[in-house]
Amino acid sequence: MPAFSCAFPGYRRDLLVIVFVVFVGIGLHVEASAPAYPSHGTEGSHLTNITNTKKTFPVLAVNYQHVRKPFEIALWILLALLMKLGFHLIPRLSGVVPESCLLIVVGLLVGGLIKVIGEEPPVLDSQLFFLCLLPPIILDAGYFLPIRPFTENVGTILVFAVIGTLWNAFFMGGLLYALCQIESVGLSGVDLLACLLFGSIVSAVDPVAVLAVFEEIHINELVHILVFGESLLNDAVTVVLYNLFDEFSKVGTVTILDVFLGVVCFFVVSLGGILVGAIYGFLAAFTSRFTSHTRVIEPLFVFLYSYMAYLSSEMFHLSGIMALIACGVVMRPYVEANISHKSYTTTKYFLKMWSSVSETLIFIFLGVSTVAGPHAWNWTFVITTVILCLVSRVLGVIGLTFIINKFRIVKLTKKDQFIVAYGGLRGAIAFSLGYLLSNSHKMRNLFLTAIITVIFFTVFVQGMTIRPLVELLAVKKKKESKPSINEEIHTEFLDHLLTGVEGVCGHYGHYHWKEKLNRFNKTYVKRWLIAGENFKEPELIAFYRKMELKQAIMMVESGQLPSALPSTVSMQNIQPRVIPRVSKKQEEEIRRILRSNLQNNKQKMRSRSYSRHTLFDADEEDNVSEVRLRKTKMEMERRVSVMERRMSHYLTVPANRESPRPGVRRVRFESDNQVFSADSVPTVHFEQPSPPSTPDAVSLEEEVPKRPSLKADIEGPRGNASDNHQEELDYQRLARCLSDPGPNKDKEEDNPFMSC
Amino acid sequence: MGASQSAGTEHEFQDLADRTGFSLEQIGNINKRFRQLTNNEETLSREDLASIPALDNNPIRAQIINAFFDKRNLHQNETGTVQEIGFEEFLLVMTHFRPAAMGLTEEERENLRREKLRFLFNMHDTDSDGTITLEEYRWVVEELLSKAGIIGQETAKAIADAAMLEVAGTTRGKMEPDEFYEGITFENFLQILKTFDIETRMHVRFLNMDTATLRCGKSK
Repeated sequence: MPAFSCAFPGYRRDLLVIVFVVFVGIGLHVEASAPAYPSHGTEGSHLTNITNTKKTFPVLAVNYQHVRKPFEIALWILLALLMKLGFHLIPRLSGVVPESCLLIVVGLLVGGLIKVIGEEPPVLDSQLFFLCLLPPIILDAGYFLPIRPFTENVGTILVFAVIGTLWNAFFMGGLLYALCQIESVGLSGVDLLACLLFGSIVSAVDPVAVLAVFEEIHINELVHILVFGESLLNDAVTVVLYNLFDEFSKVGTVTILDVFLGVVCFFVVSLGGILVGAIYGFLAAFTSRFTSHTRVIEPLFVFLYSYMAYLSSEMFHLSGIMALIACGVVMRPYVEANISHKSYTTTKYFLKMWSSVSETLIFIFLGVSTVAGPHAWNWTFVITTVILCLVSRVLGVIGLTFIINKFRIVKLTKKDQFIVAYGGLRGAIAFSLGYLLSNSHKMRNLFLTAIITVIFFTVFVQGMTIRPLVELLAVKKKKESKPSINEEIHTEFLDHLLTGVEGVCGHYGHYHWKEKLNRFNKTYVKRWLIAGENFKEPELIAFYRKMELKQAIMMVESGQLPSALPSTVSMQNIQPRVIPRVSKKQEEEIRRILRSNLQNNKQKMRSRSYSRHTLFDADEEDNVSEVRLRKTKMEMERRVSVMERRMSHYLTVPANRESPRPGVRRVRFESDNQVFSADSVPTVHFEQPSPPSTPDAVSLEEEVPKRPSLKADIEGPRGNASDNHQEELDYQRLARCLSDPGPNKDKEEDNPFMSC
Repeated sequence: MGASQSAGTEHEFQDLADRTGFSLEQIGNINKRFRQLTNNEETLSREDLASIPALDNNPIRAQIINAFFDKRNLHQNETGTVQEIGFEEFLLVMTHFRPAAMGLTEEERENLRREKLRFLFNMHDTDSDGTITLEEYRWVVEELLSKAGIIGQETAKAIADAAMLEVAGTTRGKMEPDEFYEGITFENFLQILKTFDIETRMHVRFLNMDTATLRCGKSK
C-alpha cells in the first residue's frame, strides 16, 4: 500500500491500521454472533428436507457457534494487547497519561460501541475477575517482592494496612450514614450496616491500580514498598469486613459476640492465608528439588502450586492474596537455587506477560462495565463519597505516621506521607466486590455507581497528577544501580558487623533474630529443599555465580568481546607483581609430559570431538598425580553428558571468533578462568553451573587452536613445544582448572593460569 | 537507676553526653553493659569481648573485636591498637552506630556518612596504610565465607579479585596494562558505596538494651 504509507507519517499510520483492525474485529464479532440463532433455524429445516432433495456439498460453511467462546476470549485479549501496542506508538501520550487511564477510556469506547450496535456489553464477571484475572498480577508482585525493604518496614506496612483500612471503612461508613439521615438527600432507607459495607468495599487500596501507576513514576523504594505492601496486606481486612457486614446486613443486628468473632475471624483469615501459602510454597520448593531431569516443566510447578494456594485459601474464605504472596516469598529462594537459568527466565517472563495481559483486560473491562452496568445516580452521595475517600485517607495517613514515627529509625517525611496518601488508589477489586453484592440488596446500583466514580477519580485524577506532583515536590526517586559485587560484600559484612555490635551491647535486636533465622534456614530447611549439595553454598557465592553467568551469557550472545565489559582493567593492573614463574621441578615435569605426548598427538587431533574422556585416557599414565586426574575424568564425564545435552539447546556459538588484540583476549581469558575456578572449587558436583561452563567451555575450545602464540607469551618458559602440544597442555590445564585445585602444592601451578 | 550512681559519675556522664551526643539514659545503659562485660573493673580487654557468647557464630568476630581497640576509631590521630579501653573509649566506638537524627543538614549528613564509612574502612585496612590492598580485601572475603565451610580459598580469591576489578574499573576507568592499582583509598571507598544508605543502615537501637540481669532501657 504505497500510497497509503506515503500519505501518513509512521506512527499515525500504524495507529490507524490498528484501530481499523479493531473495528473490523468488533464488527465481525457482533455480526457473527447475531445470526447465530436464525442459522439454527435454517439448519433444522435443512435437515427435514435432506431426504427429499440432494443438497449440494458445502464447500465453505460458517459455523460460529462451534468456536464462539474461545473466539471471543481470544478476540478480547487481542484487542487489549493491540490497544496497549497502540499507546506506545503515540510518543507523547504515554508520557503524560498513565496506561490505566487510556485503557479505561478504550473500554468506555468499546462498551459504547457495543451498546450502539445494540448488543449487551459484557460486564466484568466477579468470578472471572477473582479466579482468572487477579491471581497472575498478585503472583507476579509476590514472587518479585523485594524482601529486604519489605521486612524492614513490615511493621509500618501492617499498621497502614490493618488500622488504616479499618479507619477508612468506619470513617466513611459512619459519615455516609450520617449523610443519609439528612432528609434532603432522599436516601433515608439506607441503614448503618449497608453504609459500613459500602465503606469497607471502597476503603481498600487496590494493588492493581497502585502497580499500574507507581510502575511508571519510579519513586524511591521506601514509599513504593509502603504503598504497595499496604495494598497487598489489606486484603485480609477487606475480606473480613466485607463478609462480616454482608452477613450482618442480612441478619440486621449486631451483638458484642459478633464483633469479637469478627476480630478472631480477621486473625484466622490472615494467618490462615499465610499458612496455606507457606505450605504450598514449601511443597513447590520440595518438588523443584527433583526436577533436574525434566527442566522443561519447572516453570509450571511454580505457577500451579501458587494458583493452588490461591484457590485453596479462597475455598476456605481465607485471604487468597496473602496466600499467594506467602507462597511466592517462601518458595523463591529455594526454587531459584534449584531450577535452571532458562527456567528462571521463563518463569519471570511468563509472570510478567500474564500479569500484563490481566492488568490490561481488567482496565478495559472496567470501562466496558461502566457503560453496561445499571446505574443509579445520586449527586450528593457520589460526590460525598469521593471527597470522603480523600479526606479519610489523608487523615489516616497523617495520624498513623505520627504514631509510627515514634518507633521508626528512618522517619517518614512530609513528602513521603503525601505520596503515601495520594497514592492510595482504588481499583477493580472494589468494583468486583460491589458487583458481588446480591441483587436483592436495594442499594446495589447506587453503590456500584459510587464505586465506579471513586475508581475513575482516583485512577484518572490522582493517577495523572501524581507524576507531575512527584517532580514538583522533588520526591526522591528510585536509584538505578547495577548489582555490584562490592555492595553485596559490604551488605553481608555490615549485617555481620551489626549483629556483632548488637551482641556486644547485649541487645537482642533486629539483626540478632535475622541471624538466628538464617542459621535455622541453613541447617535445617535448606537441606531438604535444595537439590544436590547446593544448600551449603553461601549467598555471596550464589550471587557471584549469577553475575558471572550473566556476563558469560552476554559475551556469548554478543558473539565478540563487548567493549562495555566492566573490566576495562584486568588482573594485570591489580597484581602485576605476581609474575608467573614456574619452578624448575615443574618445568621438568611439564617437559616430560610434553615428550610423552608427542606420539599421541596426531591421534588426538582427529578424535578431538568434544568428548574429553578420550584425551585423558592416554594422559592418565603420564600424569604426575593420577589421583587428581581420575577425579578430573569423573568430573569431566559428568560434565560432558550435561554439556552435550546443553549444547544443542544453547545459543549457537559463532565458530570463528575474531579477537583482535592480545590484551583484549587476555582479559577475556581471565574472566573465563574466574568462571571455572568459581564453579569448580566446591568439590561437590552440581549440574546447574554447567550453563556457565558451556558457553565458556565451548569458547575456550574454539579459542585454543588460535592461541598458541599467545600461550607462548603468557606461560613464558614453554619454549619450543609445537602447536599440538600446546593444545594438549591447554586441555590438561583446562582439566586441572576444572577440578578441585587440591592441596597446596598445586597452587603454584594454578597461579600462572589465573593471575597472568 | 539513680541510687547506684554517685554524684561524680553523673557529672561525668553529662560531660560524655555532651561530647558524644548520647542521652544520659543511653549512657547509663551502655555503662551497665560495660560493667557487666568487665566484671565491674575499669577497663575492657579483648578477652572480655571474646567471651560474649553471641559473637561465637559471627564470621567476622576477630575484626569486630579489633575495631574496639583500634586507635583510629578512638578519635586519636595515631595508628595501632591498644590493649585495653576504658568506658569513654567504649562509648566513642559506639557513637559510630548512632542512627541519623532527623533534620540534619546536607553537610551534617555527609559528615555522618564519612564517619561511618571511615569506621568500616578501618576495619578492612588492617595495616593502617590508608589503602585496602588486594590481600586485605581477600582476607575480608575469606573471613566472610569462613563460616560457610568447605568452600575453600579459591572462590574467596576469585570473588575478591572480581570486586577489586570492579572498584578499579569504577574509580580509575580504563587502565593501561602496565599501570598498577595499589588499592582502595578512602575516597574510592566512598565512591563505590555511594548508593549504600549507610547513615540509615548502620545503626543499633540503643533505646532498649536488656542485659541478662538488668532490666534497663524502658523509658521513664
